[in-house]
Formats: sequence, structure tokens, C-alpha cells
Amino acid sequence: MRKLALNDEILLKIEKPARYIGNEVNSVMKDPGKVDIRFAICFPDVYEIGMSHLGIQILYDMFNQREDVFCERVYSPWCDLHEIMKEQKIPLFTLETQSPVKDMDFLGITIQYEMCYTNILQVLDLSQIPLLSSRRTQQHPIVIGGGPCAYNPEPLADFFDLFYIGEGETRYDELFHLYKSVKEKGGTRQEFLREACRIPGIYVPSLYEAGYHQDGTIASFQPKYEDVPAVVKKEAVVDISHAPYPRKPLVPFIKATQDRVVLEIQRGCIRGCRFCQAGMIYRPARERDVDMLKQCARDMLTDTGHEEISLSSLSSSDYSGLKELINDLIGFKEQGVNISLPSLRIDAFSLEVMGKVQDVRKSSLTFAPEAGSQRLRDVINKGLTEETILNGAGLAFEGGWQKVKLYFMLGLPTETEEDMRDIPRLADKIARKYYEIPKDRRNGKCQITISTSFFVPKPFTPFQWAPMYGKDEYLARARIVNEEMKEQLNRKSLKYNWHEADVTVLEGVFARGDRRVGQVLQKAYEKGCIFDAWSECFDNQKWMEAFEECGISIGFYNQRTRNLDEILPWDFIDCGVTKKFLLREWERAKNGEVTLNCKQQCNGCGAAAFQGGVCLEHQN
Amino acid sequence: MAAAQLHFKGVSVLNIRIKFQKYGVMKFIGHLDMMRYFQKAIRRAGIDIAYSGGYSPHQIMSFAAPLGVGVTSGGEYFDIEVNTSKSSQESIEALNQAMVEGISILEYKRLPDTAKTSMSLVAAADYLVYEKPGYEPFFSSLEELQEKVQAFYEKQSEIIITKQTKKSQITMDLKPFIYEMKAVKLKDMGLKDMGLKDKVKDEGLKDMGQSAEYGLFLKVCTGSSNNIKPELLLEAFCRFCQLDDNLLRFQVHRLEVYAKSEEIPVKGEKERADYQKHLEQLKKTFAAEGKKFPEFLPLGALGEDILWETHC
Repeated sequence: MRKLALNDEILLKIEKPARYIGNEVNSVMKDPGKVDIRFAICFPDVYEIGMSHLGIQILYDMFNQREDVFCERVYSPWCDLHEIMKEQKIPLFTLETQSPVKDMDFLGITIQYEMCYTNILQVLDLSQIPLLSSRRTQQHPIVIGGGPCAYNPEPLADFFDLFYIGEGETRYDELFHLYKSVKEKGGTRQEFLREACRIPGIYVPSLYEAGYHQDGTIASFQPKYEDVPAVVKKEAVVDISHAPYPRKPLVPFIKATQDRVVLEIQRGCIRGCRFCQAGMIYRPARERDVDMLKQCARDMLTDTGHEEISLSSLSSSDYSGLKELINDLIGFKEQGVNISLPSLRIDAFSLEVMGKVQDVRKSSLTFAPEAGSQRLRDVINKGLTEETILNGAGLAFEGGWQKVKLYFMLGLPTETEEDMRDIPRLADKIARKYYEIPKDRRNGKCQITISTSFFVPKPFTPFQWAPMYGKDEYLARARIVNEEMKEQLNRKSLKYNWHEADVTVLEGVFARGDRRVGQVLQKAYEKGCIFDAWSECFDNQKWMEAFEECGISIGFYNQRTRNLDEILPWDFIDCGVTKKFLLREWERAKNGEVTLNCKQQCNGCGAAAFQGGVCLEHQN
Repeated sequence: MAAAQLHFKGVSVLNIRIKFQKYGVMKFIGHLDMMRYFQKAIRRAGIDIAYSGGYSPHQIMSFAAPLGVGVTSGGEYFDIEVNTSKSSQESIEALNQAMVEGISILEYKRLPDTAKTSMSLVAAADYLVYEKPGYEPFFSSLEELQEKVQAFYEKQSEIIITKQTKKSQITMDLKPFIYEMKAVKLKDMGLKDMGLKDKVKDEGLKDMGQSAEYGLFLKVCTGSSNNIKPELLLEAFCRFCQLDDNLLRFQVHRLEVYAKSEEIPVKGEKERADYQKHLEQLKKTFAAEGKKFPEFLPLGALGEDILWETHC
């Protein structure tokens, strides 16, 4: 019987003790004495969120396939347990063997969104690992960061020993090999890091130095030593049909956010929306072989017992084998398996499929026009026209749907008041489409829900130079939308939700921040900020105090217009897409010029250097 | 307790009653999550379970008596409906292949087609309460514990407790709902006496610490009306003995769940008459062997093992 790190008195006092006991179906147990490397893989948010993340499942499976590695999981303890662990000085532990994280060789943390940054510090702190990389010694694990936020690692530079830039499937074998050989020779932590920085995709922040101009912008960013590469190139899997994919993913006892089999059908996106970081950093768009996916689906359903399967990709409708795949999956319906199809373009085909797999009366259709006017949609290169939306909605209403969800962003570059007012106007046009159907053929009112979030410019997008607004300006924009809502003919069928702006401001700072904002993070954590993505935990007051006390200006990072020749904190990373391409796209955006998608035409973004996916189609 | 003489009406599903035990870290998994766990486990095991119709079909499954978080058990029951079934032995093996450590399947039995659900039959449950390792034992001698139990249970004419409900506080007398309460030597527990089959080891009892030697055995009223949680009784007992009532020092372990032997567990006139006959036969057998006919029968007693693959 495994002994738990927490006693019954603690476990029976806190919320959902199942978060901390491990033992899940398909979790891996090994004898820690019989492996060379112990790896703790962490998603710095609560268990139910972390367990839903595909990347961790891929790496967990891939690492544990190796006989010499034992990979265990760790998530952020929820606030109730956080307090108890701090008070009783209980070290954070892995779920599998319930061993202290500080005894591992590696602690790998996936960094998916900015608002989990304080939770990274929480995990280090509870693990009793020094927060600063510079304070760690031979006895501490090597702390690795990865995931989309690692494409601008600078705000976190002080807290990580190394970052892995790009897709995890490619370079860990080399890294483990190096670790073992340095350890065998009795080498130090520093020696390991110095060697590791030469593995492609690996960035060791302590080996680089940043200099600043008087105005606060970056004057220089360079390696401290000659043998340290000046540019770190992201890693990408070329053939994703043959990349590792877990056939036996973990099945949690408590309901996770993704309580289903997740099938990643493709990686990357051909669309090139100018606000979208994922659409740039995961280039080139690569499809998985449809036969491989069918087999995966079968294996994963059998080995998990899940009742639902979901397709995962940035834009499922672009997957060329979609029809074939879905027709195959529909076969599972007989075995009580539900099929969920997010990110599908609404057209005759998708409606037909959804009519087969969902309860039309209950489900809602989702459109993400992102901007209310055609002008602004052209600026952001969202190739969705009003005609397409209205036609799709019309077809859906004919098919029995009544609920539509619409997603927009406010605060996009060049946005005018007209653009904002066009958001409810578009929703109203959709509602009119519904009421065009004769009364005897429709079922009461329709329900159109508009949600807006505030736009945050992200590194490696054409909008990386765009200025943001202050909190009050964001809320003023939401008010304009709300005001216009009331002017609409079908206002009783429309509903509007908007996000708080405080979090947006912080996301802006940490998305495009440099090394200097790390101290604010530490200060905020020391003041008690954790789980900032959770509104019940978020405390903006503490954050504002932290900025104040560190003397860091939010305006400098958010509202300032960046010069095109300015050194950006993430410029040393080569993500495939070139700065030249991003600049060209930024100019085209300002002129409202649309750029064709990768299947229509190669736009020379630079990702062709990876020699994979859609880039190869153009060569043939 | 075979129900072999019972009628199986020609219907399209088979009723199955499954008995399992829950121990170790699995005691932290709550009732609703256990249901989710079994839904997936049944699929992994390839059991041909029946689904409800409609757009979101669900498995037809019902649990006998929810077990609280923190409580272990050697005798939990739930009922499912299947379209076809392998033999009990094969089904138990397939299910156990799909289990995690801390859950194991003990029985897989076919019920008569008109069987009432286990939930509607639950009438009593046995519990063993013992002190967890790491605590100074209160129960330091069997005699002393026996005396306390006697003073508390046998000598008191009523055991009044106050219960906090959502709206108000209510007082109630526990005594009529406690069918049995006695001090026991833990070493004697486990394999016999408790309605557990000789061959089956109750894994939950392995959790018992080395420090505790004695415990309490309880048989209490369980089910939809007057469901007595052993914690409630334990709290009253601790207060009576003037013990610090940190209930977390005790491990509560459910041993078995019962139906009233007099209650006819099937529906339909003909079936009820058949069962009545069967019951009388059974009573005669007990009498012939000079044994008292029990007031309660384990929930699994109504089912019979499936010996070979069965279709409807």
C-alpha cells in the first residue's frame, strides 16, 4: 500500500482530497531506485485543469516509455491545502510516489498562460526549492520551463534554470543523455547547464545578459560566453503522424475540465490570424495521418473507458481528412460514445455532422468573428465574412438550433467606435435571420450570447508592436457595446458578457515583459497572490502595490508604442516565422489588407525552414 | 443463498448485482466519483452494459448505499443491466483487470428480472470502527471497552442526539436504530463472523494499524429512511465516555450491507409468490440445521452466479 504524503486529518479537512492521492487509471508506477532520472512534470494550476492538458499527457507517456526515467506529476495545491502546507512546512510532493519534489532530478513546468505565473512560484516555494535559479545548489532539481509562454521566457528568466523552446517531443532524449553523462563524471549543475545550452531549443537564461537604454528599452541582449548560442531556435516535430502519442492517457477520479479522450488531429494553423500567437508559433501546420488517428481513437477509448471523444486542433475544418475521420468516429455512437467537435467552421457539412452527434435543442453554435465590422476583421486577417456567418446561422436555425454564441475582442489595433457598435449589430442581424423563419416552424425565441474579451498583443504575432489601453478605456469600450445592445431591434434575444479588465492589464505586462518584471511577480507572490486566473482568488490591489513597490511602470510595457527597430525581449528566439514577415503583416494589417492562408498560397513566413506539413505541399 | 427456483421473465436485459470492496487511498473518492469511476471501468472491462436511449445515452446503474468520504468498505453493492453476460467468474476477472489498487470486485451475480433495486432494499449495515495508527489508543483493554459499550448501549434506555439539518436542529433517539453494538478484538475480525466469505480477504482490514487492538462492531439501520451514519453514533459514544471527540482518529469500515430477510425483493404477483415459497423452504433448511433464521440477508444473497455466457 502506498503511503500518502498527507495524513487523514488534512485530507478529510480540505476540498477534493482526490486531487492529491494519485492512483489514477493509467498512472505509472516504477521503483525509483531502479531509474537514473526522476522527473516531476508540473502544470501550475489546480488538478482538474492540469489533468486536462494534452501536452503533459504526451510527455508523461513519452518519458515513462524510457526505462531509465520515472516521470511523476505535480499540480498546484488549492488555496486550502496551500495554507496548511505552508504552516506545517510539508514539502510539495509528486502524486505517484508521494515523494518530495525537491528530491527529483528535474522539475518541468508547463507555462500555458500568464496568469499562472504566481503559481509557478507557489510550486517552487512549497517544494522548498529556492525561487531564484541563482540560489539553487547541486541538491536541487533542474527547473525547466516549456509551453507557449516560454516563447517570451524573460519575465520568468530568474526562476528557471532552463527553458525548452518549442515542441517537447524532439530533444528530451539528448537532454537526459547529457544529464546522465555529466552526473557520471561528477559534473556540477553549472557544467550541465553550460552544455545543455548547446542543444537546439534549449535556452539557459543565466548565460545571457541584457543591457538597457536610458528610456528603459533594451540596448543589448547577448550570451555571456562565446560558446553560448546567440539565437535559440524553436523545436518542431516534422512528422507528427509518427511522433509519440499516448494510447493510455490518465483517467482522473474527479471530473476534470477535459473528461474525455482528446485526439490532436493537427498541429499549427494555416489561417494566419494576426492576433493569434498559436497560429504563428506552431507553424508549419501539420496534419496527422487519418489512419493513425482512427487507431488512436480506438485504443484510447478502450484503455480509458471515456464516454466522449473530442478533436483538438486550432481549426478542425481545415483538416483534410475530417470527413473520413468523423464518419469513422460516428461508429462509436453505438457504444455510447459522445463526439464533441470544437473549432468547426459552421457550414452544411458541419451542421449535418453535429445534427448526428448532438442534441440540437440543447447545444449552441459558436462563431468567433473576433471583430464586429468587416473592416476590422480584415485588419486582423480573420477570413470570416458577414455573409458566411449569416448563411451558417440561417442553415443552423433551419436545422433546429436556437442558441448562438459569439466571441469578440475589444481593443484590437485601429478599432473605432463604429467597430465596437458593429458587434451588437451583427448579433442583431443573426437574430433577424432566425425570425425570418415562419412562426409555426420555429420554437420560441432565439438566444444570441455575445462575449467580449480584451485583446492582449502577444510575442511573435504581427501585433507584437501594438499598444494596449488602460483599464478604464477597456471598460469604456465594453460600455459602448452594451449601450448599442439596447438599440437593437431584437435586444430581448441578445445577451452580453464582458470580462474584467484588471487581468488583461497584467497579462499584457507579462506577455511582452522583459527580465525586470520578474521582481514584480515575486513581490506579488510574497504578498499572497496565487491562482490569479481564478476570480475568487485574484487580488488586483496586491498586484498594484507590487508594481508600485518595485518601481515598475505598467504603461511602459502596455501603452507605449514600440519602435519597429526596438530590440524586443524575445528577439533572440527564432520561432521559424521571421521578424520580416511579422513586420510585413503588421503593415498590411494597418492597411486592412487580407493575407491568403497557407493552403492557398505560401506567404514566405519562414516556417518552411522546418521542411514539414503544409510548406511541403507548395514544393510539389 | 440460491434463487434458482425463481422465474426469469423473458426481457431484453439481465439484471446484475456487483459487490466490491473499497480500501486504501480510494476511501478519499466520494460517491459520485465512484459512480463515474465504475462507468468507465465497466467500459474498459468490456461488460456489455445496457444504455438508456436518447441523445446522451447513459449506463443503467444504481448504487445501494452511498459510502462517505474517508470510510472503507468490504461490502459495497451496485446493480447494472447488461444485454449479454459472460460467466460471473470471467466477468469478475475482467472487471478486476480494469480496477485500480483499492477497489476489487468480489461478486457478480444475476438477479431475477423483477428484482427490486438494491437501493430500495437496503435496511442495515455492519461497521467496524477502530483507531488509526499514530494515536494513543482509547480502547486499551477489551474489558474496559466492553463496559463502556454496555453502559452506553445496553443500560441507557434511549440515546438522544441532536442533528443539524439544513434548516434546524432536531433531536432524535438513536437507540431503536442500533441493532447491535459490541466491543471486539480486531484480530478476530476479517475472515469469519462478519458475513464475509471465508475465501475472501477484506483488503480494507489490512489498513488496520498495529497500534489498535480493539474496536467496535456496529449493526445499524441504513437506507432511505432513518439512515444512521456510524459517525453519528461514534460522536455520541465519545461524548458519553468523555473522550476527546476528534472523529478523525477513528477509521470507519463498512463490512456488509443487508436487506431485511422478510422483505420480498421482487416485483410481480407470480414472482412474489415464488419467492415466498423459496423463503419458507429456506427457513425450513435453517430450522432443520438448528440455526436461527437471520433477520437480515446480505444484498448479494438474492443473486446467483452465472455459470456460462448468457444472452437474453
